Amino acid sequence: MSTAAQTDPMIPGMYVVRQVSKETPDTFTLTLGAENGFGTSSFQPGQFSMLWVFGVGELPISISGDPSASGKLVYTVRSVGEATHSLISRKVGDGVGVRGPFGTGWPVQAARGRDIVIVAGGIGLAPLRPVIYEVLKNRDQYGRLVVLYGSRSPQDLLYRKELAAWARQRETQILVTVDYGGLSWRGHVGVVTTLFKYARLQADRSVAMVCGPEIMMRFVTRELLAHGFSRSDVYLSMERNMKCAVGFCGHCQWGPHFICKDGPVFTYEQLRPLLEKHEL
Amino acid sequence: METLERIIAEQPFFAGLDQSFLNLVTGCASNVRFDAGAYIFKEGAEANEFYLIRSGKVALELFAPQHKPIIVETLGVGEILGWSWLLPPFEWKFFARAVEDTRALALDGKCLRGKCEENHDLGYEMLKRFAHIIERRLEATRFQLLDVYSTKKRA
Repeated sequence: MSTAAQTDPMIPGMYVVRQVSKETPDTFTLTLGAENGFGTSSFQPGQFSMLWVFGVGELPISISGDPSASGKLVYTVRSVGEATHSLISRKVGDGVGVRGPFGTGWPVQAARGRDIVIVAGGIGLAPLRPVIYEVLKNRDQYGRLVVLYGSRSPQDLLYRKELAAWARQRETQILVTVDYGGLSWRGHVGVVTTLFKYARLQADRSVAMVCGPEIMMRFVTRELLAHGFSRSDVYLSMERNMKCAVGFCGHCQWGPHFICKDGPVFTYEQLRPLLEKHEL
Repeated sequence: METLERIIAEQPFFAGLDQSFLNLVTGCASNVRFDAGAYIFKEGAEANEFYLIRSGKVALELFAPQHKPIIVETLGVGEILGWSWLLPPFEWKFFARAVEDTRALALDGKCLRGKCEENHDLGYEMLKRFAHIIERRLEATRFQLLDVYSTKKRA
C-alpha cells in the first residue's frame, strides 16, 4: 500500500518520536518511527529530510542514523531558533511530519576500496555519522577510516561515547579537538585543521568528506589540497535555505545549483568557482 | 643509544639544515622530561629556550582576570614549543604545562641566539623555520577567532 506522502514529495508522512537523547546542552538526537508503519526509513548517508513541527514550521535536517537500521529515522538537531527549539522539545509519542529523504549523498559506494577521511566541525558530524556506520559495518570493503572532528568546547562534543568506541576499531583513527578547553580537558585544543599533522593520511588512496560551517570547510579544503588530495576526491556538504527540497522554489539556488536537489553533497571541483564568489 | 645529533637530524623542523649547522644546534641541545601536570614555563618568566616535543602533549594556558583560565592550544609530537626566546624582551607570554608525561629536546635559546648572531646563514635558516611555524599558528588563530561553531548571531 502506498500513501500520498510516498508518492507526492510535498506531502509529509506522519511519524512519531520514539526516543529523545540529549547530546549537549543545546543539541538533541530524535529517533522517529512511522506512525502507521508505512513510512520509509531507507536513505543514503548524507541525505536530509524536511521535518514538520506542526504549527511552527518545516526544517531541513540531515539524517544522522545508521542507514542499515530499518524502521526508524534519526536526526541530531541543534537548537538555534524557534523551530529547532520546538523540534528538540518534542516528547516521546509526539507527532512530526517527515518529507524525504532528499538530495545527493556521500559517495560511500564509489569510495569502496579506498581510505575514508572524514573532517567534521560542530554539528557537521551528524550528517557524516551514517558514513562511519557504513564503513564500520562493511569494514573489509574500505581502507583506513580517519575522522578529524573539531568542536567549540568539550561540552559541545557530539556522540562522545561513540567516538571512544569507534577509536577502538581496527584501521580507524579518531582525532578530536576543541577550539577552547578548560584546564581539566586532556585532549587536543586548536582548530580542526591542527589535527592534520597527527593524521596518517595517504591522499592518493583516500576520499575526503567534509561537513561543517562553510568557512571551516574552506580552511579544511585548503589543508586537504596541501596534503595532496585532488579536488575531485574532496566532497563537501553545503547548506542553504531549503524550502521545497525538490528544486521547485529556488530558495536554495546557489549559482547553477539547487542545493536541495543537486546537493547537498558536491565535490570541491564543482564548488570551487562558487566558493570564491563572496557575493553568493 | 641514539645520539642527540641524530635525534635532531631526524626532526622535520631541522630537515635540510647543513651538517655544520646541525653541529652548532646540537651544541645547544639537551634532553628533558616533564611529568604530567608540571609547568614547563610560566608567563612573565625569562624565555631562554625552546622545546621540540618528542613524546607527550603540552597545553598553552592563558590566565586572564575575570575569565576562567583556558587552554588556547595543545602541542604534540614533532611540534615546537616557544618562540619568545627569539625576540626581545625574551619573556614567556603564556603558561606551558605538560598534559601527559612529556619528553622533549630543550634548545638553549641564549646559546643559539649567540650562534645566529655570529653566523647569519644559520640565523636565516632558523628564522625561516620559525616564520613557517608562526604563519601556521597565526592562520589557526584567525580561524579560532571566527568562533565558527557559535550560535550567537554576529552583526
